[in-house]
Amino acid sequence: MALKGMRPVHVVAGGVSKFAKARPDRTFQPIVKEAFDEALQDLGLEFGRANELIDGTVGCYFSDHFMRQLKAATMVQDYLGLCPKPSHRVEGGGATGGLGFQEGWKSVASGLMDVCLVFGWETMSHVQTWKGNEFIALASDVSFDYPVGGFYSGYYAMMVVRHMHEFGTTVEQMAHVSVKNHTNALHNPYAQKRLKLSVADVRAAPMVAYPLTRLDICVMSDGAACVLLASEEGLASIEKAAGRSLPRVVVTGVGRGTDAMRMADRPHGEVILLPHEKPSDYKGLKYPGVHSFRAGRMASKQAYEMAGVKNPIKDLSFVELHDAYTSSEVQTYEDMGLCRYGEGGPFAASGKAFLPGIDYGLRLRGQGTIPVNPSGGLIACGHPVGATGLMQAVFALWQLQGTIPRHFGDAALQVKDARRGAIHSHAGTGTYVTVSILERQD
Amino acid sequence: MARRRQPRRIARPTRRARRAPPARPGAPAGTPAPGRAETLEGTVVFRVPFPEQLDDLKGMSPIIVKQPYHIDYVHSFGQDSPFFAGLANRRLLGTRCPRCDYTYATPRLSCMVCGSETDWVDLPKTGRVHTFTTCYFGSEEFLPECPFSLILVEFEGADTLFLARLVGAQPKEIRVGMEVEARFLRNAKFKPTDVYFVPRRP
Ligand SMILES: [Zn+2]
Repeated sequence: MALKGMRPVHVVAGGVSKFAKARPDRTFQPIVKEAFDEALQDLGLEFGRANELIDGTVGCYFSDHFMRQLKAATMVQDYLGLCPKPSHRVEGGGATGGLGFQEGWKSVASGLMDVCLVFGWETMSHVQTWKGNEFIALASDVSFDYPVGGFYSGYYAMMVVRHMHEFGTTVEQMAHVSVKNHTNALHNPYAQKRLKLSVADVRAAPMVAYPLTRLDICVMSDGAACVLLASEEGLASIEKAAGRSLPRVVVTGVGRGTDAMRMADRPHGEVILLPHEKPSDYKGLKYPGVHSFRAGRMASKQAYEMAGVKNPIKDLSFVELHDAYTSSEVQTYEDMGLCRYGEGGPFAASGKAFLPGIDYGLRLRGQGTIPVNPSGGLIACGHPVGATGLMQAVFALWQLQGTIPRHFGDAALQVKDARRGAIHSHAGTGTYVTVSILERQD
Repeated sequence: MARRRQPRRIARPTRRARRAPPARPGAPAGTPAPGRAETLEGTVVFRVPFPEQLDDLKGMSPIIVKQPYHIDYVHSFGQDSPFFAGLANRRLLGTRCPRCDYTYATPRLSCMVCGSETDWVDLPKTGRVHTFTTCYFGSEEFLPECPFSLILVEFEGADTLFLARLVGAQPKEIRVGMEVEARFLRNAKFKPTDVYFVPRRP
């Protein structure tokens, strides 16, 4: 189902700065410029030529608190030399990058722009980690939730304890996600944490909020990412300027979903079904409760319908999803329909989400069915909030272009014959989620 | 020493910041943030090194200063105020929709099912643990209280849940489905923690 009157949108190029715990060597604007420079360099496009072609921008960052600087997206626009072109800033919690990507898509699909730059970043090191946790926890109801012990890891812990109760999910199954994502990151030079781990290592790490250990949780980062989106006409001008033709990677689906801010308010009703599911799959399951992300399911359903994805595990070559916690990766397998609700734990341990050809030190029966977070995800790459969803878009683009070996200097993470990928960006306790589908079309 | 609120040319740490920082993930306790200059320790710098050649400036390490920021927010509980007045009177209140009967264990004035305005109702003083966790770390504000246990409570006759602290239970004892009962702070602070739960003893 293509949207009426909307134009096809190409993902042309992208860049990612090195994610690090702290980047005191630069203020935020030059960190974004690192990502922008990488995208231009990849195209072989000089700044002056690019500047002529870019019609406008979308700027993404999550929290004004982290920098104590308002209007920061305009400062980036300014530093990149893109004034006085139009720009708008978007904020969507943890899904800020995913939302920015879709706003860029809208700008091009609607005919407003032919070439749109989407940039995003976060510099979280400017406050102590525990202060950062406080800022993030302010994305929970400050009348009823935050004062009780505002801490996102605590919220996610409660959600997965219920998942364990409903479905029998185990901490060892969750730990498989940590082993997978950290091991994948050994082959990704952009990643912040590159570790060879075992399930036992994950469980032996300090407990943060039962049952989540430090190795079940992503870290805070400084970093930036950007993508360049274009219409057919825009792509033609970029190709002319770059002097070569570029691989066709098109956005074929976008979806968004929401849920009640307070977990306590989530209903206990019926499952929203994907095309390959039937009501009898979920007899007696109360949904979403606090164990599932209705927003993620809604976003997936819309994006799949638009892209014509009937059975995601068969129709997608890979998924980059928002694994802020190992538990939320397990829950998201289910929301995105890679397995049924309740099967996320066994799915994680089956190896289906692992890359083929990599030794994880685990016995995995279904290894390589549908690689999830081949890049290492948030857990290993880091989570500079406003950049995260764009980082996923860039890694997805490189997968579809087949250029992972060149960009990573290592072919291990390249998904073979990648034709269609999904990126999933997630905010709050599942309050806000975006899913976008990218496809190779030549 | 200069008074705290006075503007200073070189930032000094606040009293809070001068305490040993809590352990950060991936760093042993007391590890300073990378690249911190001595200015953060309150040293007055009389002479900043400066190269002969301006070209060499690109190699200098960054200057890092502290910028304290404190603000009191005037927060109104607005339409939810009766809930907090209830806690001060040892009453646990929820809301119920007069049209569809949907009952909210965390109050909301507008029914999310049918859009009607809800009415205040008393909730039972006992409920069951719907889910739980014990936090061994937390946000800065709650670090001194770690470890603490959080629960979502389900009540007979309510359609939604209530987030609260569980007190008086060892982490290993907490179970989904466990019976808990409400207790109230003697002196209300007008926070949702004016009510907390304890295991229901037979
Ligand atoms: Zn109603």
